[in-house]
Amino acid sequence: MSHSHPLLARTGRGIMLASAAALVLASCSNESDSSEPAAEGAEITYWLWDSNQQPAYQLCADQFESETGISVTIEQYGWADYWQGLTTGFASGTAPDVFADHLSYYPEFVAQGQLLDISDRVEADGVDLSIYQDGLADLWVDQDGGRYGLPKDFDTVALFYNEQLVTEAGYTADQLAELTWSPDGSGSYDELIAALTVDANGVRGNEAGFDPDNVAVYGLALSGNGLNASGQQTWAPYALGNDWYFGDTTPWTTQWNFDSPEFAETIEWYKSLQDRGFMPSVDIALSELDPLNGYLAGRYALVTDGSWMNTSYLGQTDVPTLVAPSPIGPSGERASVFNGLSDAIWAGTDEPDAAWEWVKYLGSAACQDVVAESAVVFPAVKTSTEIATQAFADKGWDVTGFTVQVDEGTTALLPIADHWSEINDTVSAAVESYLQGSADASAFTQANDQVNALFE
Amino acid sequence: MAAAPGTAPRTRGRPRSDLRIALLFIAPASVGYVAFYLMPALRGLWFSFTDQNLIGTGDFIGTANYERMFGDDLFWNALWVTVQYVLINIGVQMVLAIAVAVLLHRLTRSVVIRGIVLLPYLVANVVVALVWFWMSDYSIGIVNVVLEEIGLDRVAFFGNPATAIATIALINVWRFLGYTALLLFAGLQMIPQQYYEAAALDGASEWRMFWRITLPLLRPVLALVLVISVVGSFQIFDTVAVTTEGGPVNATRVIYYYIYQQAFERFDLGYASAIAVFLVVLLAGIAYFQLKIMRSDRSDLA
Repeated sequence: MSHSHPLLARTGRGIMLASAAALVLASCSNESDSSEPAAEGAEITYWLWDSNQQPAYQLCADQFESETGISVTIEQYGWADYWQGLTTGFASGTAPDVFADHLSYYPEFVAQGQLLDISDRVEADGVDLSIYQDGLADLWVDQDGGRYGLPKDFDTVALFYNEQLVTEAGYTADQLAELTWSPDGSGSYDELIAALTVDANGVRGNEAGFDPDNVAVYGLALSGNGLNASGQQTWAPYALGNDWYFGDTTPWTTQWNFDSPEFAETIEWYKSLQDRGFMPSVDIALSELDPLNGYLAGRYALVTDGSWMNTSYLGQTDVPTLVAPSPIGPSGERASVFNGLSDAIWAGTDEPDAAWEWVKYLGSAACQDVVAESAVVFPAVKTSTEIATQAFADKGWDVTGFTVQVDEGTTALLPIADHWSEINDTVSAAVESYLQGSADASAFTQANDQVNALFE
Repeated sequence: MAAAPGTAPRTRGRPRSDLRIALLFIAPASVGYVAFYLMPALRGLWFSFTDQNLIGTGDFIGTANYERMFGDDLFWNALWVTVQYVLINIGVQMVLAIAVAVLLHRLTRSVVIRGIVLLPYLVANVVVALVWFWMSDYSIGIVNVVLEEIGLDRVAFFGNPATAIATIALINVWRFLGYTALLLFAGLQMIPQQYYEAAALDGASEWRMFWRITLPLLRPVLALVLVISVVGSFQIFDTVAVTTEGGPVNATRVIYYYIYQQAFERFDLGYASAIAVFLVVLLAGIAYFQLKIMRSDRSDLA
C-alpha cells in the first residue's frame, strides 16, 4: 500500500518516478480442482499500485488458480497513473474486474455506481468478518448498508529515529517508547526534540545561545505531503491524542471539528516547534520531495511517518534507524490514524462470480499470510498481522511501534466522507497559512464552516 | 509535344475545378480535426451547461455553472496566478530569446551551437519539472547546496508562496528559451544582409542596428511567436502537477490545474467545462488583440 492517501497526498510524486507500468501474466497452470464450476476457466484482471507487493500477490494468484481454475492477470501502475487509469477505465468500460481500493477514493466511486455491492455474497458465503483487525471491515459499508470491499491491509503512524543522534543527545530506546507531549510544551517529547536539534554552531536546542534561525539538524521533520486534511504523518497523531476527532462519526462524516479548541491548540503547539527552530518551516517542508531525503542526509533526527515507509527507512543502511511509537498525549493515550485498504469489484465486470471468488481469497488468511511473509505491509487479518510482525523482526526490523497502536486500541479511523477532495484543499490551505503565520486560528473556524457547508 | 494543327485547345469545360482534388487532400486532416478537436470542443460547450459528471449523463442546468464560476474565489485566484505566471514566463523568455537569437544570427553559423540551444526543449516537461524540483530541494538539492557554499541562505523555492510561481515560470523559461530563440532566428534570417552591410558602412553600432533594423523587420515574426507563446504559457499544467500541486496554500493553483481538479478529482465535468470555455474565449481575445496591435499582417520588408 505504498502511499497513504490519494487526493490528500500531493499526487505521489515519488511514486510517479517509479510508475513504469509492469504487466505480469499469471502463469498458466492447468491443474484445476474444478471446485467452482460456475467460474472455472474464467479470466479476470486485478490492479494494484504497490510494486513491492506484486510478487506476494502473484503467489496468491498462482495458488488461487490451482485451487479454482480461475486465472488472474495482475497489473501494476504507479500511484498517480493508477487512479487516472481507473476513472478513465470506468468511463470507457475497460476497468479491471478487481482492484486495490483506498478509503479516500471509494465514497466517490460508490456515488458514481462503479463498485459492486458484495453484502449479499458475504452473507451467502458466510464470510467471517471478525478475523480482521477491529473496525476495518466496517469501513467499506456505505450509508445504505451496501458493502464494497473486504479488508486487505492497514497502516498506522510512528516515529522513525536516527539511533546515533538520539544516543548522542543522551536518550535511550526505552525513554523513546514512553514519550509524552502537551500543548503547553511541557512534555518529554518537547525536551527530546529540543535536545536533538543542533544549530550551525553546534549548540543544542535546549542549551543557552541556541540560534533558531540557523539550524543544522532539526529535531523533528515536517512532511509537506502530510499537511492535508487527515494530517496522518503530521499533526493528527497529536490532535487525536488531545481528545479530538475529525468529525461527528466515520465512515460518512458530515459535521467536522476543525474549529474545536483542541484542534487549534494542537496546531498552535505544532507551529511553536517551528518558531522555536526545532522543526523546519512549512516553506521548507513544501519545497521538499519527501523528508526521507533530509533524514538520510542527517538533517532530521525524528520523522513521523506511516508503516508503508518501513522499507524506505528500515531497509537502508546509511542511517541506523529504529521505530518508536508516537508520544502519549493529554488524553493519557498515544494515537495514530488507522488507514485501511480493500479489494473491490468493479460494477461493470463480466465475471462477477469469479471476481468475488478472488476477492474472497485475497481477504482470506491463506493469501494474507503469504503477503505477511513478504514483510512489506501489515495484512488486515489479525493472525496475518502477527505473522507480518514476525517477518519484519526476522529482517531485523522492530516495527512494534506501529502495531502497539492496534494492540492498545489507540487508533482512530481515517475520516471517510463525500467531497473529500474539496475538504482536503480547504483544510490544507488553512493549516498551511496558519503554519506560515499568514493567518490566525480563525482560519480553522472559517475552513470548518466551509467544509460543513458542503454537507448542507 | 506540340498540339497538332486543327485541334484547338479545349477551353470549353475549363477551368476544371480543383475542388475535388483539394477536398481529397484535406480530407484526412479534416476528419482528424472534426473527430478530435471540433466534436470534443462542442461536447465540452454542451457539458458546460449541464451537471455532467465523469460517468453517466448530465442534465441541462442553464448557466448555473457560469454563475458559480463568477462567484468562485478560487477561480479568480487561479486566473490571477496564471496571469502572474504568464507575465514572468513570457516577459523573461522573450527578452532572453531575442538576445539569444540575435547572438546566433550575428555571431555564429554553427549548427552545433544551434542544436545545443535547443537541447532543453528536447527533454519532456515532466522530467524537466521533476529534475528541477529535486535540484531545488531544500535539504539535499544541488541549487541549495551551492547557495550555501557561496555564503547565501538556502531558499525554499517551491515551498514559499512568494517564490513558488516565479520558480515554476523560470523553469519553463529554461525549457522553452531555445525553441523560441530558434523561431525568432528563422525570422532574422529573412532580413536581407545588405541592410546590415549598408548600416556598417555608415558606421552604425551593433546596438543601433538592433533597434533600427532587426527589431522593426522582425515584428511580424515576433508577433506570431508571442501569440503562440502566450497561448502556450496560459496552458501551464504539468510543471504544477508534478511539483507543488497548487500549493503552498493556493499560490500555484493555475487555471488548468484547477480545471483538472474539478474534472478528474471531483468528477464535476460540467463546472470544469464552463471554466474551459471561459478560457477559450479569453485566449481567443488575447490572441486577436496581440495580432492587431502588432500589425502582424504587414511587413516592413515589403
